[in-house]
Amino acid sequence: MTSSTRNLIQRLGFGMMTLMAVATVVPIIGTVVYIFAQGSPALSWEFLSGFPREGMRAGGILPAIVGTFYLTVGVAVFSVPLGVAAAIYLAEYAPDNKWTRLIRIAIINLAGIPSVVYGLFGLGLFVIFLKFGASILAASLTLSIMTLPVIISASEEALRAVPQAFRTVSISVGATRWQTIRRIVLKEALPGILTGVILGLERAAGETAPILFTGAAFFLPRLPHSPFDATMALPYHLFVISTQIPEMPIQIQYGTALVLLIFVLGMNLTATIIRSRARAKRQW
Amino acid sequence: MNKIVIENLSLQYSDGTESLRSVSMGIPANQITVLFGPAGGGKSTLLRCLNRLNDLTEVRASTGKILIDGVNILDPKTDVIALRRRVGMVFARPVVLPMSIRGNLTYGLELAGETRRARLDEAVERSLRLAAIWDEVNDRLDDPAIALSGGQQQRVCLARVLALQPEIVLLDEPTSGLDPISTGKVEAALQELKKDYTIVLVPHSVQQAARTADHAAFFLQGELVEFRAGQDIFTNPRDKRTEDYVTGRFG
Repeated sequence: MTSSTRNLIQRLGFGMMTLMAVATVVPIIGTVVYIFAQGSPALSWEFLSGFPREGMRAGGILPAIVGTFYLTVGVAVFSVPLGVAAAIYLAEYAPDNKWTRLIRIAIINLAGIPSVVYGLFGLGLFVIFLKFGASILAASLTLSIMTLPVIISASEEALRAVPQAFRTVSISVGATRWQTIRRIVLKEALPGILTGVILGLERAAGETAPILFTGAAFFLPRLPHSPFDATMALPYHLFVISTQIPEMPIQIQYGTALVLLIFVLGMNLTATIIRSRARAKRQW
Repeated sequence: MNKIVIENLSLQYSDGTESLRSVSMGIPANQITVLFGPAGGGKSTLLRCLNRLNDLTEVRASTGKILIDGVNILDPKTDVIALRRRVGMVFARPVVLPMSIRGNLTYGLELAGETRRARLDEAVERSLRLAAIWDEVNDRLDDPAIALSGGQQQRVCLARVLALQPEIVLLDEPTSGLDPISTGKVEAALQELKKDYTIVLVPHSVQQAARTADHAAFFLQGELVEFRAGQDIFTNPRDKRTEDYVTGRFG
């Protein structure tokens, strides 16, 4: 084989790899551009701040936006303290024994459960057994269980990334383990934890199946008043207007999709900014 | 007068690697005692017993006593937090906490409940002067400590220990990563410090051991081979193994 043939093969190989790398970018850019192009004409103040009218074929999507916001806040309230506490336990306190290994296996498997199964579980536990009814409370709790593994894994990873030497030094000057965690470890892990939390919440905000039986309403003429009310939500609303309503104007569907996309990408962007700022400031 | 008395101290780690075998010695107050010997000899393990930092490691078994001012600190009832404030430690790698220079120095004091600004400021200046770094950093105490050079960081670490006004200062190869000039500054600071503190130093070389020691102990594979006052151990070792090590036949 001559050196020029070798060179050609090498360049072909690298060319293929570049092409593959570029290929992964195409779907995301394609989706975003397409949804923006199709959905942006529908965006207006009325669309964002008004109620659906004429069998949802006109008007706005305010109840769905507000509902998704409430659900996301609800998930944050339940899953962040629980998830971060669990991560602190696993990263800082848990001995390596059969119980903690079982906990880890449980978390991994929790992440693998299909979202519709969470929905059924939430229906059984929160809606029926605990009598919360189809409500923001039940839906938030259901989404929280689904979000927990993401928050726990990301937080544990962030905690473990904090150098061990900081802990040793802190303890050597008379800190307790908890003081060390609170004053040094958590502070340093916070950006990583926040990033994980936001990515978890973002996933919860975009899910349909877990809220399907637990709190999502087909249509409500008013905003929810309490955590025990059912609510409209963007992903479910999108599903409804795309499949359940005949002669639905296409720009309302794309407009709704665009609002959901902005909501989720906005959270993603926040997480990215937090992460890169923290990296620039990091002192280790 | 012995500040620390170690009686028949034996220790095994869970993985069986490094251990101490029935070590007995007295560490005199207001002197520099060096523990030297090849790696794996148990020097660091012994240091970490003196402030119970070994509690963080998985130890399979330990027996014996360590008396500080006559009180056995290996007793399970010992208040380890109070102990660690009395027995400070400087590590081989300079590890400044991710905060300002001032923050590094006040950290331990704040944990101990000191909130008075004047007291904290006084401790910062005093300890930085003792560690021979005040002149280099007094105009930037609120800058991140990580921005300092390695040699400066290590002296900040020494100052962090001194800020707590301990009785005993343990140093585990504190100059192993430093240049000769920084090393000289740290060694000079130790000579000053011994007036008020009991110092136990694991040096990073036999030469440093000989330069700094008031008393020297030679450790080999968990065993205290020879422990002598002054320079005798380097010039006139009694044990063949000590002689072979200090003359460079092995190690």
